[in-house]
Amino acid sequence: MTSYLFIETRDPFESRDTEFVAETAAALKERDNEVTVFLVQNGVLAARRGARDPYLSRLAQAGVRVLADDFSLSERGIAGDDLRVGVTQSGVETLVEMLAREETKAVWH
Amino acid sequence: MSEKNLTIALMDPPYESANSTTAFRIIAAALRRGFRVNVFAYEGAVCLPLKDQSPHANPVKGTTVEEEDHPTTSKFVSALLALGGDRLTWVNCGLCVDERGAANAVEGVRRGSPADFFKMAEGATNTLVIPTK
Repeated sequence: MTSYLFIETRDPFESRDTEFVAETAAALKERDNEVTVFLVQNGVLAARRGARDPYLSRLAQAGVRVLADDFSLSERGIAGDDLRVGVTQSGVETLVEMLAREETKAVWH
Repeated sequence: MSEKNLTIALMDPPYESANSTTAFRIIAAALRRGFRVNVFAYEGAVCLPLKDQSPHANPVKGTTVEEEDHPTTSKFVSALLALGGDRLTWVNCGLCVDERGAANAVEGVRRGSPADFFKMAEGATNTLVIPTK
């Protein structure tokens, strides 16, 4: 099985093309692929509990694993216990481990 | 188990976006895991290791150059090369270097071409391309 790793750096409130990642990730998951979206930089801004953008909820409902970079969260004042349901705090060490797995396609956005 | 080998292409110039910082963090994490890392710097990214960069004072905080200890990207690249030793290869695109007059790179940076990136990607466990926005 191929794994897909989307590294999302963009703030969905600023850049509507994050929809592209959400739709592609969900479609790949529907086809029985392992899919992870790793939020980093301003990509973590929608991960705060209470943020109104619905795309992360849709990803979680689709079964896509959603991780948020701890360094980026800390820089933006988002505590690990302030994350919305379906988003898990992570770090670049985990990202590197995923990149090093065979049959993993990585897309930076 | 065969050695893990990551290839990373960078394009952002220094101080342009958070992409550079994230890339440095990924490279450092991979080296600490014992992975081999190949970096191909293209376009403005060839200025990341430029030795001529100078740290500056912070007029907002009123701190001096010494107090501010401002980290330049060339210092980050030097630190990564020291961390990785022969497990980190950093190649700057030669044409991009010439266009920008950016040949004075820190020690350990090599000059190359997109053909080097092709070879790096061929031999890599994975390749991550970090484009400009």
